[in-house]
Amino acid sequence: MIELHKAGYSYGQDAILRDVSLQLAPGSFHFLTGPSGAGKSTLLKLCYGDLLANTGTVKLLGQDARDLSRDALAKVRQRIGVVHQDCQFLDHLSITQNVALPLAVSGRDVEAEAENLAQLLAWVGLSPRAHALPPELSGGERQRAALARAIIMGPDVILADEPTGNVDWEMSQRLLSLLVELNKMGKTVLIATHDLGLIRAAKAQVSARVLRLAGGSVQLAGADL
Amino acid sequence: MKQIWAILSGAPDADRVVPPTGFTVWLTVFSAAAMAFLAVFALALSLAAERLSVRWGQELARTSTVRISAPSAQEALQTAAALTVLETTPGVARARALSDAEQEALLAPWFGADLPLDALPIPRLIEVVEAGAGYDAEGLRARLAAEAPGAILDDHTRWRRPLIEAANRLRTIGWVSLLLIMLSMAAMITLAAQSALAANAGVIRTLRLVGARDSYIARAFVHRFTMRAALGAGLGTVLAMGAVAALPTADVAGGFLTGLGFWGASWLLPLLIPPLAGGVGFAATRAAALRALRKMP
Ligand SMILES: Nc1ncnc2c1ncn2[C@@H]1O[C@H](COP(=O)(O)OP(=O)(O)OP(=O)(O)O)[C@@H](O)[C@H]1O
Ligand SMILES: [Mg+2]
Repeated sequence: MIELHKAGYSYGQDAILRDVSLQLAPGSFHFLTGPSGAGKSTLLKLCYGDLLANTGTVKLLGQDARDLSRDALAKVRQRIGVVHQDCQFLDHLSITQNVALPLAVSGRDVEAEAENLAQLLAWVGLSPRAHALPPELSGGERQRAALARAIIMGPDVILADEPTGNVDWEMSQRLLSLLVELNKMGKTVLIATHDLGLIRAAKAQVSARVLRLAGGSVQLAGADL
Repeated sequence: MKQIWAILSGAPDADRVVPPTGFTVWLTVFSAAAMAFLAVFALALSLAAERLSVRWGQELARTSTVRISAPSAQEALQTAAALTVLETTPGVARARALSDAEQEALLAPWFGADLPLDALPIPRLIEVVEAGAGYDAEGLRARLAAEAPGAILDDHTRWRRPLIEAANRLRTIGWVSLLLIMLSMAAMITLAAQSALAANAGVIRTLRLVGARDSYIARAFVHRFTMRAALGAGLGTVLAMGAVAALPTADVAGGFLTGLGFWGASWLLPLLIPPLAGGVGFAATRAAALRALRKMP
């Protein structure tokens, strides 16, 4: 699905990532951990074509990210659901409209999906806030809405950057079980997180691989996690 | 074509994803209205100049006058001689000496009705109606000089040509103004669209992250500016048409100023300006949006 081969990236002088090789096989479940500032978000950005690797190759859904036209990249993004660390909502649209945005921009009939949309919002516990604007939500509510938006299109791959950073334990378990559920349906999942508790809880439910990002490259984490 | 239809039928979806821009909307609408107002007058100017040039061309090109200035004893003789020459001149359809009564009627506006025509050395006038092609003023002048020395051919062209020339120039200026107005409308809308795109860089980034293609993002802006341009131009056109309709109509002499207006079917022409402005808005915004989006990483 997504493949990095000796990928490197630097914002300026200092290389944040060097020699990152990584394969997200179809149906796999990965965690990405590492200290703050290690480059987890940066790595995820390479995985949905927001940044282009300076060195090495990145393949998104079988296509070299460097060769993608903007239209082709848009098509790829319609099949990769992303929970951004900073959520990326349009503040003038309601939560419902924000969650439905991927449907609207890909030309799907939002009216026809209204029921799905309502169910999804109920699932992440946002039904009472469906018509609120993003700035009116708490951090945790925003993250739940971001997760709902990431999966509304039924994507093949789900990339989540700290999806449980601001939610309580109970809600984070709920979001995790949703992602596990989706993984069992065949979706590829990658979660970047500091939350070791979350990783342990997941390992009880699914065979997840844990990658550790440090010093600009990834290693498979030990069995202690 | 499909896109134009989507725009006419609303396409509210794409439009809504970009936040409303408030105050600047009205700047665009106002400028489009002002441009359309000017465009209507440029159009009226062109049409009036065109009408004048056609009318002067037709009326004056077809007639000329021969004046016989001779001592009264010879006048009748020379008139007859001139008429004979005219009858045998190719390109002359009719030639007719005006009667005393007709000459008096011509002069009355200047000298009063009780003019003692007999007592004044007033030349006899022969009205010549040309037959279109084959009329040779210089040849006729030479023959008249030989047969009737007191005859002078006045074929109006001397003062008619510059007038028609001026009317034609005026018409061209009118059309060029119309073109310039449309171009500056395009420039104005391009600037407005560019600033709207820059102001919404964050929104555009989010739209891209959720898989929006450039054409989708462009549509949001295109719809907006097409509507504003058409709406503003509609207002400006209605106002200008009202102003043209309210011009006083002094039919005396049909002077140029009072001829500045629309007649009959030509009233429909200014109605083309709002859709034209919409088209200009559409093209300008689309070009600006696609160009700006190409540059945004
Ligand atoms: N746009 C940018 N320009 C310059 N430097 C940046 C930019 N974005 C991130 N960085 C730097 O790159 C490094 C990696 O950032 P990144 O956001 O990938 O870390 P992270 O592992 O996601 O951290 P966290 O766990 O706090 O989210 C940081 O040192 C950050 O300051
Ligand atoms: Mg991060």
